[in-house]
Amino acid sequence: MSGFDELTHVRAKEIIDRYPVARSALLPLLHLVQAEEGYVSQAGIGFCADQLGLTTAEVSAVATFYTMYKRTPCGEHLVSVCTNTLCAALGGDDIYARLSAKLGSPDRPLGHEETAGEPGTPGSLTLEHAECLAACDLAPVIQVNYEYFDNQTVQSAEELVDALRRGEKPNPTRGAPLTDLRTVELELAGFTHDETVAAAAVAGPSAAPETLRGNTLAAERGWAAPAMPDEIPALPEKAR
Amino acid sequence: MSELASEWSAQPDTITPVLTKRWAEENSWTLETYERTGGYRALRTALAGHPDQLIQLCKDSGLRGRGGAGFPTGMKWSFIPQGSEGPGAKPKYLVVNADEGEPGTCKDIPTMMADPHSLIEGCIITSYAIRAKFCAIYVRGEALHPIRRVRAAVAEAYAKGYLGKDILGTGFDLDIVVHAGAGAYICGEETALLDSLEGRRGQPRLKPPFPATAGLYASPTVVNNVETIASVPYIVAGGVDWFRAMGSDKSPGPKIYSVSGHVERPGQYEAPMGTTLRTLLELAGGMKDGIPLKFWTPGGSSTPMFTAEHLDVPLDFEGAAAAGSMLGTTAVQVFNETVSVPWAVMKWTEFYKHESCGKCTPCREGTYWLVQILERMVHRQGTAQDIETLLDVCDNILGRSFCALGDGATSPITSGIKYFRQEFLDLIAVQPAVPRPEQLADVEAGRVGTRPIGAIA
Repeated sequence: MSGFDELTHVRAKEIIDRYPVARSALLPLLHLVQAEEGYVSQAGIGFCADQLGLTTAEVSAVATFYTMYKRTPCGEHLVSVCTNTLCAALGGDDIYARLSAKLGSPDRPLGHEETAGEPGTPGSLTLEHAECLAACDLAPVIQVNYEYFDNQTVQSAEELVDALRRGEKPNPTRGAPLTDLRTVELELAGFTHDETVAAAAVAGPSAAPETLRGNTLAAERGWAAPAMPDEIPALPEKAR
Repeated sequence: MSELASEWSAQPDTITPVLTKRWAEENSWTLETYERTGGYRALRTALAGHPDQLIQLCKDSGLRGRGGAGFPTGMKWSFIPQGSEGPGAKPKYLVVNADEGEPGTCKDIPTMMADPHSLIEGCIITSYAIRAKFCAIYVRGEALHPIRRVRAAVAEAYAKGYLGKDILGTGFDLDIVVHAGAGAYICGEETALLDSLEGRRGQPRLKPPFPATAGLYASPTVVNNVETIASVPYIVAGGVDWFRAMGSDKSPGPKIYSVSGHVERPGQYEAPMGTTLRTLLELAGGMKDGIPLKFWTPGGSSTPMFTAEHLDVPLDFEGAAAAGSMLGTTAVQVFNETVSVPWAVMKWTEFYKHESCGKCTPCREGTYWLVQILERMVHRQGTAQDIETLLDVCDNILGRSFCALGDGATSPITSGIKYFRQEFLDLIAVQPAVPRPEQLADVEAGRVGTRPIGAIA
């Protein structure tokens, strides 16, 4: 038996009960153990295997396939810089290079998935370059614990990590007030520490001006989709 | 503006907010806002009808999948075997592909954040149509805020009796699970997504059998994209003629065009299918700082790039294909003259190499070597044969991979070389002779096998 507490066992059972077939619970279970330990440890893999009646080899095969499962302890925060083509062309590569240099030692920049500071301690952060984060109209983008910081520059990104290193939690452009990576991993598994905080998180901003541009322009110019009929039309007959 | 049904034959407006219309509402994501603005009306009509009528409605509407491939949605639903015996007797499943990650694509994430209930209403109607009692919404793990919003909306829908047992007293039961992925682009491929949802590595399956007969848990399964499913309540509420008043006969309806890159006002523009880049650029305020257009993707990096010659290509399924590309996800990434095509192609290829799942050899090995070649070219260490080697490797990946990831990986390269060959030539033209390792002489002398020359250096 692994060292996970009673609550984690209860949550694991709850995850398994969501699905028609138990093994579907494996991805959320891995998020759950990552929430507990800050990364997917060998103990975490053993816990998942026990819950689902799998071998640790089967669970390891899954855990190592997905980039969000980290195999070494992470910082309080995970900073993901999009360096896919479009973000890179608009400054993402420069941002990543600057943050690597800034967070590294004088003779060596911080590498992908390496951590500045002691993992788990306040102000520590793990840096990674990410593939397309699906916010291309707001490029270049950074995520901190998967919350969006849009339209970044080298300068704004430096200010962001400076604040994180000081223990501050700047608000994202879109998303909930920052917590930490472990809290977010618990959320991905489907749980929350605090219902009030969770409710506030849902209300975090989502619509950037870019998101609403088409809408806004249509309103300005009096454009709309064709009007729907007042009454919902009758459904067609079956198989004509 | 089109105010009356009789005006449906007229040209629709340039922007036609349907899926995006509610986004501007205050607290747009709540059940209260959704119902106040007409939400869950279509559900009542749908549940009063026979499931087959909904499948017929979807077929008649001409709705085609918004995830990239454009498969007719109603036809996909009709492939689900029904009946009390044989495959029809198995449980059926609806799986929503919300694993948005194709470079350039950013439409489903704002949809789920701003209007999750339209997705949920679409899930309920679709599940009723295909007789599914369990629906999974597989959301990309990095899409945290959309996951929050969709989960909150699912909870609201349960509380209001739109989900769970005996929905609205009709006897129809449905459960929805919002499943967070864990970071793998390949899981946007429908069979890889199903494996992932079953708790495995996200690797594509050999088809056939198709998900319609052997999908989730080897049972009949419909896999549809977020934008596709979110369109369903509007089609029920507006009817076939209303939906077909936008777009073309074969590609009807509105479409969210996501315009990004070197334009003055990037953003989401929902317009009738068939809108051109010329129009989208006008809407987006033109090229940023007036620097001319060089290349663009019509629907993500997996769709072959276009150039300034293609400003008037109608961006619908037929139009994009006729011009030598694909509509994809209508992720319109715009690049100006300052961007090097070989560099952009290298970056995209690095992405495909990273995301290749490793299951099949052409994609796993091919993307690996493509990156090696492109990186050395961009670092001015290329060789004269590199362009031909790239095309040769692409030829060995395209159509020979398990899934569309491999095909997609070749698109930037072959289209980049097609339109901008000189840029690739320029990169290698000024190179000194590259020192050749002795293995190369072995290859040329026929002493060893036939690995591509580029692979040795």
